[in-house]
Amino acid sequence: MAAKYLASEKLPAWLAELAASRVVLVPVKERDAVVFRPYSEGVKPVLDRQANVPPKASIFPASESLMSFKYIKNPEDLGQVAVEVHETVDAPPTVVFGGRPCDVRGFNIFDRVYDCPKVQDPYYKARRENTLFVTLACEDAENACFCHWVGSSPSDPVGSDVLLTPIQGGYLVEDVSKRGKALLSSKLLADGSKRSTEAKAVHKAALESLGEVWNPEKAPAKLLEKFDDMGFWEDVSAKCVSCGACTYLCPTCYCFNVTDERSGMKGERIRTWDNCMSYLFTLEASGHNPRPTKAHRLKNRVGHKFSYYPDIHEGIFACCGCGRCIKLCPVSVDIREIVRLAVERPTAKPEKS
Amino acid sequence: MTTLPNPYLPEIATVVETFPETPSIKTFRVVLNNPERMKAFSFKPGQVGQLSVFGVGEATFVINSPPTRMDYLQFTVMMAGEVTSKLHSLNVGDQVGVRAPLGNWFPYDTLKGKSVVFVGGGIGMAPLRTLLLYMLDNRKDYKDITLLYGARSPDDMAFKYDLPDWTTRKDMSTTLTIDREAPGWEHKVGLIPNVLLEMNPSPKNTVAITCGPPIMIKFTLQALQKLGFGDDQIITTLEKRMKCGVGICGRCNIGTKYVCMDGPVFTYAELKQLPNEL
Ligand SMILES: Cc1cc2nc3c(=O)[nH]c(=O)nc-3n(C[C@H](O)[C@H](O)[C@H](O)COP(=O)(O)OP(=O)(O)OC[C@H]3O[C@@H](n4cnc5c(N)ncnc54)[C@H](O)[C@@H]3O)c2cc1C
Ligand code: SF4
Ligand code: SF4
Ligand code: FES
Repeated sequence: MAAKYLASEKLPAWLAELAASRVVLVPVKERDAVVFRPYSEGVKPVLDRQANVPPKASIFPASESLMSFKYIKNPEDLGQVAVEVHETVDAPPTVVFGGRPCDVRGFNIFDRVYDCPKVQDPYYKARRENTLFVTLACEDAENACFCHWVGSSPSDPVGSDVLLTPIQGGYLVEDVSKRGKALLSSKLLADGSKRSTEAKAVHKAALESLGEVWNPEKAPAKLLEKFDDMGFWEDVSAKCVSCGACTYLCPTCYCFNVTDERSGMKGERIRTWDNCMSYLFTLEASGHNPRPTKAHRLKNRVGHKFSYYPDIHEGIFACCGCGRCIKLCPVSVDIREIVRLAVERPTAKPEKS
Repeated sequence: MTTLPNPYLPEIATVVETFPETPSIKTFRVVLNNPERMKAFSFKPGQVGQLSVFGVGEATFVINSPPTRMDYLQFTVMMAGEVTSKLHSLNVGDQVGVRAPLGNWFPYDTLKGKSVVFVGGGIGMAPLRTLLLYMLDNRKDYKDITLLYGARSPDDMAFKYDLPDWTTRKDMSTTLTIDREAPGWEHKVGLIPNVLLEMNPSPKNTVAITCGPPIMIKFTLQALQKLGFGDDQIITTLEKRMKCGVGICGRCNIGTKYVCMDGPVFTYAELKQLPNEL
């Protein structure tokens, strides 16, 4: 890793330089929320707090076209209609600037599903290959952060291409990947080799600000054990209003729906984010719904993140500890509390169904 | 760069034949427009496909013609919602999309040398038909073949054109049943699990394969257990709402298993391992 130094006042110039040949997404204030938007001159990135909405859409847009289709009438025989289908992969070169380690690490959880030996999602893959992450290490934990529970930390470089650490007067800029190294050739960056100790102190202080670590290694087995303990699930979901905000704002939630939109003789097949907190998600054509209540659905959400996913993927939790589902839930459902309770509260004997 | 083909992109196919099965069920035979792809197309009995009507959407159906008869792919569709309604209005020559084959299949290889009891209810006969025809086309590989097929009424019975053959051929034994007496009905009357108990098939070196509405499956499983069938001698197929069909969209999981990839075919022994979320 080469360590460089970027003085705060040079940040706009560096962003402009990066934006010359790509889309650069930066966290900006939009009304009361901080969201990722393309950088242009004069845009002021908000770097002192975690964005409300993670940069998930940079790789996995909330809505995108998978293909376009066209019906074509045969002029000789108007009863005969052919159909043409075109793949629509849209992946402009992009830099996600100022995401936090948790935000970026979320994509590693996607990778194992969207780009694995069995199946590859070409839309996801194209954007993943065209997107670089310049990540900002956190100086201070926010109240719902728990990245240290799930094997990460406020300075976790996993999944980033460049790691920035705020230090006196600016940022220490370190390359993490080969592609990240290329970004460090900018003349705006000075030598930072003497400032690594300062950055290390920031990393250490941030980790300490998170407080005590709780290890969820027993969660996968315990959550399964509680599968039929519906009393438990009704307790922990009592407040939930099934709004789905927790899934839409989660950097590791990746479920989607596919629908067609047609106008006249042409149209598109669209993929949109979908969420397992919704009743319709699993409603079958027969009218049967295997997850009829919010308790069943919250069980799936927590179970997927802390039990099913790690069971399939070498123990890795499908949660990066960003805390958004806690902070932004309208009724303060707390996933930390649910996982802890699942591990610590004795399991009630399942009622006979 | 992408190395595997786009899993969401359907092949364009032409409807070559359609006919009603019952008032709410219709069958489609389709052929992929690309003749080479059609020739190279292969699948295993029990695998499913996503049929699309562009502009309306996609839905999942089992390919119910057997891989031993590849002039067309047959799908039998019960009217349930948007896509199925649109499918019902298609005519010969219309274009659809096909993403297939998806999912796992019946263990037709390990069934060799065994007897098989098929228990189908209503549209649940569709997946069984594929395997049954496959086995009849490779008849010497299997021992006794028994079919119990039930529907609410004679009108609700699909695959009527298969019935004359299935009920008369010497190398299989077929029992048909309906829920309540109907004029002109010459076969059994009674609910599938009860008729199955009456038939009293031996579990010895035998596998039972069942598919139908959830309530029928539930009671058929109980009947099979009563008859002495072990958990790994019972096979069924599951239905879940599906979208991507390739294990990504996250819609069809039961715990760690994805019905679109790990299923839809499961043994009862496997089902028992799954969290209780059917
Ligand atoms: C492995 C597998 C194999 C299958 N094989 C067959 C087969 O061979 N033959 C067959 O006929 N079927 C089969 N099915 C079932 C078939 O896939 C469904 O019937 C089909 O997907 C229904 O699609 P649709 O678009 O017509 O229904 P949709 O329009 O999606 O509606 C389905 C149901 O969802 C509910 N719903 C949807 N949207 C809403 C809403 N906005 N508000 C309220 N409720 C809503 C309704 O209850 C509706 O009835 C199979 C399913 C699976 C999983
Ligand atoms: S954000 Fe809170 S209320 Fe909304 S679905 Fe999630 S847990 Fe329930
Ligand atoms: S589950 Fe909650 S804490 Fe975990 S990654 Fe998703 S939003 Fe963040
Ligand atoms: S249908 Fe998408 S994961 Fe199974």
